[in-house]
Amino acid sequence: MDTALLIEKLVLVVVLFLVSLGIAAYSTYFERKLAAWIQDRVGPDRAGPFGILQPIADGVKMFMKEDFTPKNADRWLFILGPGIAMFTALITSSIVPWGTDLYLFGRTIVLQVADFNIGILFVFGTISIGVYGIMIGGWASNNKYSLYGAIRASSQMISYELAMGISAITIIMMSGSLGLTDIVKSQHGMNWNIFYQPVCFLVFFICALAETNRAPFDLPECESELIGGYHTEYSSMKLGLFLFAEYVSMFVSAAIISILFFGGYNFPGMDHFSGNTLALLSVLVFFAKIFFFIFVIMWIRWTIPRFRFDQLMHLGWKVLIPIAIINLMLTGIVIAFHEGWFLN
Amino acid sequence: MTAELINWILGGLSIGSALMVVFSKHPIRSVLYLIVTFFLVSGLYIMMNAQFLAIVNIIVYAGAIMVLFLFVLMLLNLNKATEPKTPLLVMLSSVGAAGIFVLVLIAALKDSFIQKSGQVAGNLNAGMVENLGELLFKKYIVPFEISSILFIASMVGAVLLAKREKPIID
Repeated sequence: MDTALLIEKLVLVVVLFLVSLGIAAYSTYFERKLAAWIQDRVGPDRAGPFGILQPIADGVKMFMKEDFTPKNADRWLFILGPGIAMFTALITSSIVPWGTDLYLFGRTIVLQVADFNIGILFVFGTISIGVYGIMIGGWASNNKYSLYGAIRASSQMISYELAMGISAITIIMMSGSLGLTDIVKSQHGMNWNIFYQPVCFLVFFICALAETNRAPFDLPECESELIGGYHTEYSSMKLGLFLFAEYVSMFVSAAIISILFFGGYNFPGMDHFSGNTLALLSVLVFFAKIFFFIFVIMWIRWTIPRFRFDQLMHLGWKVLIPIAIINLMLTGIVIAFHEGWFLN
Repeated sequence: MTAELINWILGGLSIGSALMVVFSKHPIRSVLYLIVTFFLVSGLYIMMNAQFLAIVNIIVYAGAIMVLFLFVLMLLNLNKATEPKTPLLVMLSSVGAAGIFVLVLIAALKDSFIQKSGQVAGNLNAGMVENLGELLFKKYIVPFEISSILFIASMVGAVLLAKREKPIID
């Protein structure tokens, strides 16, 4: 085993971990500020200048609160739930290619923790595991509202996974590879997938909102019907982990959306740069795209009211899946034409 | 050898969690142990360089089928009082059937080739997506298509069963 490689990957993992948590923390602040701006309020402004220390204050508050476990709860599973939610949210970022290669100390450093040749399937794997955090947490609380929230969440996530998977297959067909590195490289410069697959992007984006339980699909934690949904019985940092996992997965899904449809770290005119300048610029461009999508997701939350559950199921099964399948078939036919299948 | 050690640990853990599926008193615990077992088996697939199989195992079994299992169990809320009593004869005969199944498995696998180093025999890259796709869509195209037709048939059947009957008006 190459020790230098091991150290390099370890540093990358630690940096990624801290960056994900930092962005998630500041997303909470940003979301409150944005909500305030949209609703013509001031928002948090007490902790530090412009309330910039608000996430830290929130974190301290979460830790200081009483950690309460209900008497009839399943103790171990009650602890396991938020843990799984956080774990699955964080692990997805390990396969994201963050930029072009960096050259340091005479080594070529790939800005990606692991390049599986099944990249995109790994994302779907973690999404489908993510359901368990909510389900186990909701069931272990031994509360009917929690259970309803958990069941809603999991049925919603399973339903939207299908349309999401089909629209991802379209992108896989376009780039001819499952690996995220290859998908990004096939969109060199301004050759982004969004120009070829706008319908596919819409389907994928709606599904991503549903998968991260963001408004208008936040039925699992619908206050007016279910009190707090699956985290009704949670308090202190366990609740904090559930809420925080949502922001981490929002960050990761913004990254995945920009990789699949907006070229990842590619930007027009990238051929004029090379070496470390290019690497630095590509990382900056990628993060700009991620922040833009985080902003869009928040903007949608404060603009569109919540769906009703039957509307949600109708949209998932009877609208998005047929659109995704038709789009997939059309893409297949066009690719077959392009490859010259119908010529002879 | 690290790979061999990891193989032994994964194998031992997966047998242990598979046993816990059977021995757990609570049905939900059993299902959770079954999910853990699927993960460990996926780990074994990765050790055999079959990444595609590993991740599909997680997505399909651990991610979709077991979620439905959990669904049903959570809604049923099984406990000691509602558990149906099984007659001794049924229990004995099921143990016998399981024993015969184990015998058949051992008989089928006893001649299989086991490599000393704990690695796969033959092509190291056999489990990669490209090679698997080549095999499935060229050599085994007919069985592949037939099984997909089987899936469609079962899907149509499930939709038919789930659909509420319309009241017949004469």
